[in-house]
Amino acid sequence: MRAYFGRRYMLSASHKLHAKTLTEEENHAMYGKCNNPHGHGHNYFVEVLVGGAVDAETGMVVDLVALDSAVREKVIDRFDHANLNLDPMFARCVPTTENLCGAIFGLLKDALPAGRLEHVRVEETENNFFERFREG
Amino acid sequence: MIFITRRATFSASHYYWNDAWPEEKNRQVFGKCANRNGHGHNYVLEVTVAGEPDAVTGFVVDLKWLKDVMEREVLSAYDHRHLNLEAPEFAHVNPTTENLAIAAWNRLEPAVSAAKGAKLSRVRVYETPEIFAEYRGEA
Repeated sequence: MRAYFGRRYMLSASHKLHAKTLTEEENHAMYGKCNNPHGHGHNYFVEVLVGGAVDAETGMVVDLVALDSAVREKVIDRFDHANLNLDPMFARCVPTTENLCGAIFGLLKDALPAGRLEHVRVEETENNFFERFREG
Repeated sequence: MIFITRRATFSASHYYWNDAWPEEKNRQVFGKCANRNGHGHNYVLEVTVAGEPDAVTGFVVDLKWLKDVMEREVLSAYDHRHLNLEAPEFAHVNPTTENLAIAAWNRLEPAVSAAKGAKLSRVRVYETPEIFAEYRGEA
């Protein structure tokens, strides 16, 4: 029987939205305050949903400790209290929360057994969030 | 198709234990959750029903009706109860959050299906604000 287990994590990071292919004026027009050259930060909430069969012996879809370790090792340790613009994953793309959500989905998809990662939601503030779902 | 969700809270105690395992393995796998004296949570139950809005009322389902169904089928059985000892479905099944989501679905599904045009879509149970499980009726 397929069910889903979800867990919420928090990481604090800074970023600056600035596209290298746009001029200073274009960047300012596009990103507004988010283009402040010194950057700014958020407490990002990352919601991870893992799907799978409920284990008959434990009643669990996933080992919480194993999930926490994977998320800590691949995501929290990498991005928490860091400047996202300096991470190699954002060397060629702007660290918008859309791209952060995609990056986290990719990192966790590779870290978890195939087909287990169902959904990642990244909340940048209380008023906006970004999601990526398993496809196919 | 419109999805409508109603939330309710209940407080219950439980512990995790597999009778087929020796005590040592239970403690190793389930950690603090294996304390046989139990512990408790303030659970949040989220029930999502799918359907088309009725042409006359504009409702997929009447939320008051859904609230009453959740109260009758789930909360009356789980709220302020010890899940292992008082909910028959957990007599031999671990009351994990995953199994709670499935059990709540099984309790709700017949009543929701009986309502004209409504279909149970998702049951989500939060054990804490950071930990939740959901069931969508999949085999």
